[in-house]
Amino acid sequence: MLGVIRRKIGAGGSSLLTSGWSFQSRPAVSAWRSYSSAAKEMTVRDALNSALDEEMSADPKVFLMGEEVGEYQGAYKISKGLLEKYGPERVLDTPITEAGFTGIGVGAAYYGLRPVVEFMTFNFSMQAIDHIINSAAKSNYMSAGQISVPIVFRGPNGAAAGVGAQHSHCFAAWFASCPGLKVLAPYSSEDARGLLKAAIRDPDPVVFLENELLYGESFPVSAESLDSSFCLPIGKAKIEREGKDVTITAFSKMVGYALKAAEILTKEGISAEVINLRSIRPLDRSTINASVRKTNRLVTVEEGFPQHGVGAEICTSIVEESFGYLDAPVERIAGADVPMPYAANLERLAVPQVEDIVRAAKRACYRSVPLAAVA
Amino acid sequence: MAVCLRTSRAIINCLQSKVGLLSMISQSSCWSSLTHHCEPTFSSLRAQNVRDPDANFCDKATLYSSRRFESVKAEKQFNSPDEVDHYQILDFPGGKVAFTSEMRFISESPVERAHCYRVLDNDGQLILRSKFKKVSEEMAIKMYSDMVTLQTMDAFFYEAQRQGRISFYATTIGEEAINIASAAALTFDDLVFPQYREPGVLLWRGFTLKEFANQCFGNKADNGKGRQMPIHYGSNKHNYFTVAATIATQLPHAVGAAYSLKMDRRNACVITYFGDGGTSEGDFHAALNLAAVREVPVIFLCRNNGWAISTPTTDQFRSDGVVVKGRGYGIRSIRVDGNDALAIYSSVHAAREMAISEQRPILIEALTYRVGHHSTSDDSTKYRPVDEIEWWRSARDPVARFRKWIESNGWWCSEAESELRNNVKTQLLQAIQEAEKVEKSPLAELFTDVYDVPPLNLSEQEKLLRETIRRHPQDYPQDVPI
Repeated sequence: MLGVIRRKIGAGGSSLLTSGWSFQSRPAVSAWRSYSSAAKEMTVRDALNSALDEEMSADPKVFLMGEEVGEYQGAYKISKGLLEKYGPERVLDTPITEAGFTGIGVGAAYYGLRPVVEFMTFNFSMQAIDHIINSAAKSNYMSAGQISVPIVFRGPNGAAAGVGAQHSHCFAAWFASCPGLKVLAPYSSEDARGLLKAAIRDPDPVVFLENELLYGESFPVSAESLDSSFCLPIGKAKIEREGKDVTITAFSKMVGYALKAAEILTKEGISAEVINLRSIRPLDRSTINASVRKTNRLVTVEEGFPQHGVGAEICTSIVEESFGYLDAPVERIAGADVPMPYAANLERLAVPQVEDIVRAAKRACYRSVPLAAVA
Repeated sequence: MAVCLRTSRAIINCLQSKVGLLSMISQSSCWSSLTHHCEPTFSSLRAQNVRDPDANFCDKATLYSSRRFESVKAEKQFNSPDEVDHYQILDFPGGKVAFTSEMRFISESPVERAHCYRVLDNDGQLILRSKFKKVSEEMAIKMYSDMVTLQTMDAFFYEAQRQGRISFYATTIGEEAINIASAAALTFDDLVFPQYREPGVLLWRGFTLKEFANQCFGNKADNGKGRQMPIHYGSNKHNYFTVAATIATQLPHAVGAAYSLKMDRRNACVITYFGDGGTSEGDFHAALNLAAVREVPVIFLCRNNGWAISTPTTDQFRSDGVVVKGRGYGIRSIRVDGNDALAIYSSVHAAREMAISEQRPILIEALTYRVGHHSTSDDSTKYRPVDEIEWWRSARDPVARFRKWIESNGWWCSEAESELRNNVKTQLLQAIQEAEKVEKSPLAELFTDVYDVPPLNLSEQEKLLRETIRRHPQDYPQDVPI
C-alpha cells in the first residue's frame, strides 16, 4: 500500500529519488502503467497489522490483548487502528500482569476463543512462562485432547538497539525446546503476514517471535501475499538464495545479515545458500539436510546465546542424518555469552555482524587462516 | 531529674533536626508546598515537649495559629483542623476523594473479624431466623448421598494407594459439603475450574465411580489416556476442566473462560476453586484484579481449610483470612461456614445469580478444615496434633451434620443409611477391581495430542520405537499393549 503511494508521489521526475525508492531510472508514465504487475512494498509493521486485521475480520472469535494494544495503538504500533475498528471487547488493554493476562488468554482459549496475546517484548514473557508452558503447551496432551489451546503469543524478541540485558534476550531456543508449542520467526513482510495468519488459524499454541528492528523495514510483497486468504505453511523453511558451496541457516533479523554476507562471499568466489528457517519448532530438518547434502558445509547463525541454542539443534540434526556429507565442522555464529551490554560499541561486539558470518563461511570453506578457538 | 534531662535532651534533638528546615522555611517565599508537613515553630515545640516528651508531632492549633501569623498566603489553605476538609475535594485520577487533616492510618486488622454465614448449627439443626435457599427433599437426598459417596470413595482409594495398587491419592475429607453443595447450586452449563480437592463437583455432575477408578489406575479406559497422576480428573462432557498440579493457575484461566461466556452472552458462569495457600500465588492477584476490571461472571471459591501441606494460615497471610481481600480488588465477598452444606448451597446459589445478572465476580471464602493429610505423600501428624485432627473428623463432620438435618425433616433414616453405604462400598470395590484389570493405554497414545495433528518427527519416532521393540522385545514389559 505504502509502496503504491510512494510511486504516485514519485511520478514526477526528481521526486522519485526523494521518496527513497530504490528504482532505476524508469519514466514516470511507464511506472504508472505497470503499477499492477510491479512489486508492491510493505513494512513488517503494516504486514502484521494487516494480518491481524484480516484474521479478526474473518473470525469473530479472534481477539487481541496485551499492554497498550488498544488506546496507545500498540507499544510498537502493530495494532494501530484495531481498537477503533473492533471495539474494546476485541482489543483489550490489560493491567500490567503478564502472568495474569496470559493465564486469562489461555482460559479464553480453553473455552473456544482465539486470543492473540501480545508481550511488549518476549523478555516479559518470563513472567508468564508458566502459563505458556504448563497451561498452554501441555494442556492438550495432559487432558488427552479434551482441551485445545488455539492461542498465539506474539511480540518483539531478541536484541534491539541499546536496550540492555533485560530487553535483548532471544527466547527462540527456550520455547522451541518445549513439545506442544509451535515457534515461528518471520523475517520479511511476506513471512510476517503469512506466518501470523497461519499462527492465528492453527489449533495449537504458537509463539510468534518478531523483531523490533525489522518492524520499520520494507520488503517487496507479491499480489498473492496481499490476499486475505494468504497463509504460509508452518514447519517449512524458505531458501532465500540458492548456492552450492556452503549452507547458511538464519532466522529473523539474521536472515538479512546472512544475505548481505552471501553477497560479499560471491565476490570471493564462494556461493552461499541462505535458508530462512521461518519455523523454529517444528524445524524444517529435511530442507536443511537436503541443502547441506548439496553444499557439504554449514554455518548456523542466530542472535541468541550459543549454549543450547537453535544452531546447536541444527548441528545435531545434520550430524545425526547427514554426517557423511559434511566436509568441514559445522560453524556456529551466535550472540556473545554475556548479558547484553548497553554501550553501543559493546553491543555491536555482543551481536553477530555480517563480517562474522563471512569469516565463518570462509572457515567452513577452508579459505582463511584458521582462527584460535574462542572460549 | 531523669525526666527533666530527657525532656531537655529531646528538645535539643528536636530543635537540632528542625533548625535546618526552619531556615529553609523562612527563606522560602511560598508556603503552600509545606501545607501537609507538620513543621513546628520553636515556641510550639517547647510547649509540646514539656507536656509529652515522647511526642514527635506538634499541636495543630499552635501550628496553624503561628502559620497564619507569619503568612497571609497560607491562610487560604487552612480551615478548622478538626473537620474533614470538605472544601478540598479534588479529582485525582481514579475519582473524587475527600481530604482529611487527620493523619489516620487504616488499621492492619479489623476491630472484629468478618462474620461467617451459617444456617445449620453444629448439631445439624436450623438456626432460628436463618435465611437460606430452600432445598427440596429430592435435592437434599442426592446431596447427602453424594457426600457419603465422596467420603467412602476417599477411604477406598486412600487404602488402595496404601496397598500399592495406585501410586498416589489425595482425599477431600472434611470438605464434602463444599464440594457437593456448591456443585448442587450450579447448573451443568456452568464451567468448573478446579484445583485438585474438588472431585465431588465431578461426582455430582455424573462422573461414575468407574471413571474415577480408571483415571487413578491410568488404564486404557481413562478418558485422560493415562497421561496424568491419579486425581487429575477432567471431563469436557461435564464442563470440568482437567486438573493441573500447578497452584492457582486455574484462576486466570477461569477469568478468561468467563470472559468468553460474557462475550457469548451465555446464561452461565464459571466457578473456580482454590485453597488458602493458593491465595498467595501471583495468579490469585492477577485473576481477581482482571475479573473485577473486565466485569466477568466468575465465582472464586476459596476452601480455607487452615493448611497448605504443613503451612498453617498464620504463615500464609496476615489478613483476616481471604474474604477481606475481595474488597481490595473491588469484588463482592462473603465468608461462609464450609462445613454447613445449606450455607454453601445458599451462598453459591446467590453468587451465581449475581455473577450472571450483574456480570461481576464474587468471592466466597468457605472456612473448613483439611481432615485428611495433604496427600498420600504426607503425614500431617508430624506438624499438627492428632487430637485436633480427630476432633474435626468427628465433632465437625459436615456429612454427619447434614444427615442430622435431613433426618430431622423425616427424609432419612438408619435403614436408608446402611443401604446407601453398602451400595457405595460394593460399587467402589467392583470399580477398583475392574479398573485394576483393564490394560494400560497403547503405545500410540504416547505420541498423540502433543499437537492437533501429529508432526512428522513424532511419527518417525513412533516408527523407530516400534522397530526397536520388535527387535528387542525382552527389554520391554510384556503387559503393555503395543
